[in-house]
Amino acid sequence: MSDRGQLKKTAHLSEVPAAWEAGPRGAKPRRLVSTRTIVVYGTLFVAAAYYLLPLYVMIVTSLKGMPEIRVGNIFSPPLEITFEPWVKAWSSACTGLNCDGLSRGFWNSVMITVPSTIISIAVASINGYALSNWRFKGADIFFTILIVGAFIPYQVMLYPIVIVLREIGLYGSLSGLVIVHTIFGMPILTLLFRNYFAGLPEELFKAARVDGAGFWGIYFKIMVPMSLPIFVVAMILQVTGIWNDFLFGVVFTRPEYYPMTVQLNNIVNSVQGVKEYNVNMAATILTGAVPLLVYFVSGRLFVRGIAAGAVKG
Amino acid sequence: MTSVSVKDLRLSFGQVTVLDQLNLDIQEGEFLVLLGSSGCGKSTLLNCIAGLLDITDGQIFINGRNVTWDEPKDRGIGMVFQSYALYPQMTVEKNLSFGLKVAKMPQGEIDKRVARAAEILQIAPLLKRKPSELSGGQRQRVAIGRALVRDVDVFLFDEPLSNLDAKLRSELRVEIKRLHQSLKNTMIYVTHDQIEALTLADRIAIMKGGVIQQLADPNTIYNAPDNMFVAGFIGSPSMNFLKGEIAAGADGKPVFAADGVTFSLHGYRAGEALAPGRKVVLGVRPEHVAVDEAAAGGELHEAVVDIEEPMGADNLLWLKHAGHTMAVRTAGSRRFNPGTKVRLTFDMTLASLFDAATEERI
Repeated sequence: MSDRGQLKKTAHLSEVPAAWEAGPRGAKPRRLVSTRTIVVYGTLFVAAAYYLLPLYVMIVTSLKGMPEIRVGNIFSPPLEITFEPWVKAWSSACTGLNCDGLSRGFWNSVMITVPSTIISIAVASINGYALSNWRFKGADIFFTILIVGAFIPYQVMLYPIVIVLREIGLYGSLSGLVIVHTIFGMPILTLLFRNYFAGLPEELFKAARVDGAGFWGIYFKIMVPMSLPIFVVAMILQVTGIWNDFLFGVVFTRPEYYPMTVQLNNIVNSVQGVKEYNVNMAATILTGAVPLLVYFVSGRLFVRGIAAGAVKG
Repeated sequence: MTSVSVKDLRLSFGQVTVLDQLNLDIQEGEFLVLLGSSGCGKSTLLNCIAGLLDITDGQIFINGRNVTWDEPKDRGIGMVFQSYALYPQMTVEKNLSFGLKVAKMPQGEIDKRVARAAEILQIAPLLKRKPSELSGGQRQRVAIGRALVRDVDVFLFDEPLSNLDAKLRSELRVEIKRLHQSLKNTMIYVTHDQIEALTLADRIAIMKGGVIQQLADPNTIYNAPDNMFVAGFIGSPSMNFLKGEIAAGADGKPVFAADGVTFSLHGYRAGEALAPGRKVVLGVRPEHVAVDEAAAGGELHEAVVDIEEPMGADNLLWLKHAGHTMAVRTAGSRRFNPGTKVRLTFDMTLASLFDAATEERI
């Protein structure tokens, strides 16, 4: 059989005129430099520089001593690298009365962010699961109310929540702030989980019901193991959101529980003495380091999860 | 004994009624196929029987027990889905045993049942694999196995072969039939594929708009359809329909007249009197038309070959006859050039006559 195929091919080639054979053959060549690549890479480069330049300035400034900063050339790299501003920002910068730097705020932020993230994701994922798989009466109304909640400006709700927290005796405490963060994360997280679960094949849910699994059995054994990407997305959203929060932190807690962001503001805006730009820069980078780290560690899953949540729903 | 019984079933979503006053009795060990195009309510009916949809009114009995309010797991059913619905994070073995573990069955019994199902379905070498490492056919075998280990009385299949390619589909079709022959369970099988329906079913229920149009064995469905919908739905290519009316023939017997041509109805067993002047539709399947052969007692009608479609075993002809297009199936060895004039004879013993207004069989 193969012989016949060979024969056919040869016969075919011999029929082709010589002029045709001289023509193009194989993969079409691509030019390295074309208008298209210049535009694409040019735009990307400008956008990247736009975002990276401030970071560069911050890093170099934080590594300079004050005399070098006073020279005024903010773009020049440090002549003499010093880590003293970082140490000072972390452990001894003064905010009002106490002078123990950002470290206190860091641990406060950890104690706020970790429970808030865990509780809000746990509750929202169960909400989303119930809304997408167990269509109870009034589910749509409940969901609509929840989503409308996401569009009410936070400022409107500040004072009522202060009163509520005061009445239940949690105003000024860490647990009060955790509750507030959990509630405010609910609309967007519920939407995220509902859409993700709605995108999973319905037949899986049906199969699990025929197999005899109940509400919690299906949630823990079928849904959660299939939904790692969306849990990572929710985790990133919550960690960055809560870590970067300033408003709730300053409104709902007492000074000894201030999160890192409030602490940072107090360091940067303190009016006594000289403005220590290098310490301010170091403090800012330290505060922003946690969300940045979370993103770099789990960013790949983040993009995947966001895309999945966006398309299906 | 009746195995599954649906009584006066009604299902509405708000204002929309999907199923209404539906009654269906399935005998023990019967293979019933629910057949219809998408949106006809066949999968909905199956989901109601499984207990995955809450019904609005009516009752459902399985093995003489009223299961109307029972959870799916308590109904004694196993279900196989179109998309296989295997739990992606579990191995095949865990997929098979999940339901048994939920039911808190002793591990020894679980192992025994999994091993037996794996042997029947020949998936023993795959037990340690994840569903993503299996082919479509293997996945569907595992899905069938998941129903098998539950040791249930009734198997429900929701278009189990629709996601497979043609070759695998016919292989698994045979396997499902073999499974039914050896297990002798009641099986309810939803499909839109008439070949699956005709090959597998003891009885077929053809559905349209939430209503069962005809419930009968495949032979009756094919050769004596109750109405024009069933007649047109089953068979590929579709039955030829000729609009006309009953006229009195020369010998006093009724004949079918259309476009000035008459056809003797000799051999047709009508259920009621054929009064002359009644508007009717004559339905003839492509293989019940003889080309160029004068059968005894039949008139000859001229037609012109329009298109010829050789299909190997058969040769399908599209003819122009009295202004209509008509499909005729002939043996694959017989060839016709387009434009050829041929003569047709209808086999009236296998034809169908419908009332033009009600579209019901006469």
